[in-house]
Amino acid sequence: MSDTLLDVRHLSRRFDVSAPWLNRKLEGLDKTYVNAVKDVSFTVAKGQTFALVGESGSGKSTIARLIVGLLEPTEGEIVFDGTSLARGLKGAEARRLRRRFQMIFQDPLASLNPRWRVTDIIAEPLRVFERSMNDRARHLRVGELLTLVGLSPEDGLKFPHQFSGGQRQRIAIARALAANPEFIVCDEPTSALDVSVQAQILNLMKDLQDEFGLTYVFISHNLQVVRHMATEIGVLYLGRLAEVGEAEALFATPQHPYTRMLLDAVPDIEMTGRRRKKVEGEIPSPIDPPPGCPFHPRCPFANARCRSEVPGLTRRGPQAAACHAVEEGRI
Amino acid sequence: MTQPVLSVRNLTVEFPTRRGILTAVQDITFDIMPGEVLGVVGESGAGKSMTGAAIIGLIDPPGRIAKGEIWLGDQRIDNLAPDRMRKIRGRRIGMIFQDPLTSLNPLYRISRQLIETIRTHLPLSQADARKRAIKLLDDVGIPDAARRIDDYPHQFSGGMRQRVVIALALCADPEVVIADEPTTALDVSVQAQIIDVMKEICAERGAAIMLVTHDMGVIAETADRVAVMYAGRLAEIGPVASVIKNAKHPYSQGLMGAIPKLGENLDRLVHIPGSMPRLNAIPQGCAFNPRCPQVFDKCRTHRPAASEIEPGRRAACWLYPEVTEA
Ligand SMILES: Nc1ncnc2c1ncn2[C@@H]1O[C@H](COP(=O)(O)OP(=O)(O)OP(=O)(O)O)[C@@H](O)[C@H]1O
Ligand SMILES: Nc1ncnc2c1ncn2[C@@H]1O[C@H](COP(=O)(O)OP(=O)(O)O)[C@@H](O)[C@H]1O
Ligand code: SF4
Ligand code: SF4
Ligand SMILES: [Mg+2]
Ligand SMILES: [Mg+2]
Repeated sequence: MSDTLLDVRHLSRRFDVSAPWLNRKLEGLDKTYVNAVKDVSFTVAKGQTFALVGESGSGKSTIARLIVGLLEPTEGEIVFDGTSLARGLKGAEARRLRRRFQMIFQDPLASLNPRWRVTDIIAEPLRVFERSMNDRARHLRVGELLTLVGLSPEDGLKFPHQFSGGQRQRIAIARALAANPEFIVCDEPTSALDVSVQAQILNLMKDLQDEFGLTYVFISHNLQVVRHMATEIGVLYLGRLAEVGEAEALFATPQHPYTRMLLDAVPDIEMTGRRRKKVEGEIPSPIDPPPGCPFHPRCPFANARCRSEVPGLTRRGPQAAACHAVEEGRI
Repeated sequence: MTQPVLSVRNLTVEFPTRRGILTAVQDITFDIMPGEVLGVVGESGAGKSMTGAAIIGLIDPPGRIAKGEIWLGDQRIDNLAPDRMRKIRGRRIGMIFQDPLTSLNPLYRISRQLIETIRTHLPLSQADARKRAIKLLDDVGIPDAARRIDDYPHQFSGGMRQRVVIALALCADPEVVIADEPTTALDVSVQAQIIDVMKEICAERGAAIMLVTHDMGVIAETADRVAVMYAGRLAEIGPVASVIKNAKHPYSQGLMGAIPKLGENLDRLVHIPGSMPRLNAIPQGCAFNPRCPQVFDKCRTHRPAASEIEPGRRAACWLYPEVTEA
């Protein structure tokens, strides 16, 4: 497809979580690895919102950090607007590409330098990417950005701790927008916020997307939020994509048993009387994941094949699921 | 009519500071009936946890109950000496907190913690207390409880630990359980399990629950009634279905509209402009007035008391003629 902005191909990332060398020798242990992300592929079209959902430890933040280059993949490749971001991209070309994407984190306080005034925080990407900009122009631009995210230019004189959580996230958004990016990776941007503040930030993000034609990769563990934001969704379980597809379809007719389970676990806030199905078990340790389909210990449809063979993604209409039962037409 | 198991009357909690007195909870009144689940919602800082802390007598000094009364059945408990309150905590009032590790000692086996708590409150032998502990673990859904009881907390997953905490809270058959964000630290798929266990096991024992959470979804599924708090005050209280589907207070209306829902696909969420005031800057009159879309003159000067606006339903808002001044 011509309007693909981001193409993630067979992405894997492994972390070494071994005990210290001496302990390993004394206790006769091997090295231990976590496959935080395993063979994940998806594409994001221009102007769309691709959401990654999954429970804690499923690999969402790792994928976010791989995309923006804070981590290097163990395997696989990320292609941004036709250019591979594989190792080796350096100098001016790297900078040209990097300024086109930005990241917003869950905890705005941790991502904003506490000793800097808000003006300097927001101006930082301008100093890096707009080297020819003079102080006055930069100052005006920062005031513009603050207004854009619903703060006022005078707020630039304050420090991050003088703001509420929601306001800090607005500052982080202003900083992300400073260099006119096209693409923003948002890692749980509202998870630390109250629902009423969350609504403000989600509305703001949608407005900015409409105004500037932004493309989002939006990470969340909250399915209602994802439903509200996403055009495409990828469901992660233990580092692998369980299901990926159009948001509408995925919510209307979830295929993978894990997606079904997640949807069933959403509390019935509308009080329609829908009964949740009780979900058994918890996510196994990613250090020692189950063989075969990683979901099989909790899956009501698991059989012998599921316990030995890892299912690949098979496409069916607007979505694709990694499940033997779906592929075999058993469910 | 049956007597409430817990009755909170005009509770006010204050923190004296160098720059004046901060009122964290102001003039809150509610009852919980035996076996009932009362949900308490509101944004962070609304005073939910502080209300819970006042009930169990664990407000951090220099905070103090400045006004009001708390009754457990026919005993007044807000003015009890610390050692008498300690006997009530755990025995007649159970507690479940957000982080299971605050309730469990990482250095002791689960068995020791459960048995000690049981024997503090009930006249049981070591062997009988152990039997009771295993039965409790079994009831909260710990598989193979007889063996797992001798494990340490870190040997359990987050969800399993929270089950242990529920067992610990219920080990002396309390009349009421104060649960403060019991599922907030857990994964989505595990939250539902924990809420179910907590609700079932309290229902079996006839224990009432005060369920503090900022998650309206959890309240919708669990609570019989819900209290909405704002800036330390009660905005609205009533049966859960009516408050969710037909909120009366403009703040509760905004709060409900702000929640994204699976069943509807709106382009924009309802959003309340501004943010909750800090304790040292609570506006005159109705605390919500600077953010309220329906504000009028009286709201800026006079504080509305939570008053009965229909049977079983109270709201603190001048839009309702029955409301009186606080
Ligand atoms: N730097 C690291 N070193 C070792 N292991 C790591 C590292 N970063 C992540 N992991 C592991 O990789 C897995 C995926 O982690 P990740 O942070 O991507 O999860 P997540 O989906 O973002 O979870 P959460 O919802 O808790 O934010 C986890 O098992 C985690 O412990
Ligand atoms: N030790 C303390 N000293 C001063 N103020 C406090 C203290 N603990 C809590 N508060 C304040 O009391 C208010 C209510 O807090 P809390 O009950 O924890 O809110 P919630 O549980 O609804 O998020 C908040 O404004 C909080 O900052
Ligand atoms: S592959 Fe098997 S175990 Fe995995 S989700 Fe499908 S049916 Fe369940
Ligand atoms: S009293 Fe006035 S300001 Fe307060 S909620 Fe009611 S209408 Fe709004
Ligand atoms: Mg994360
Ligand atoms: Mg709290």
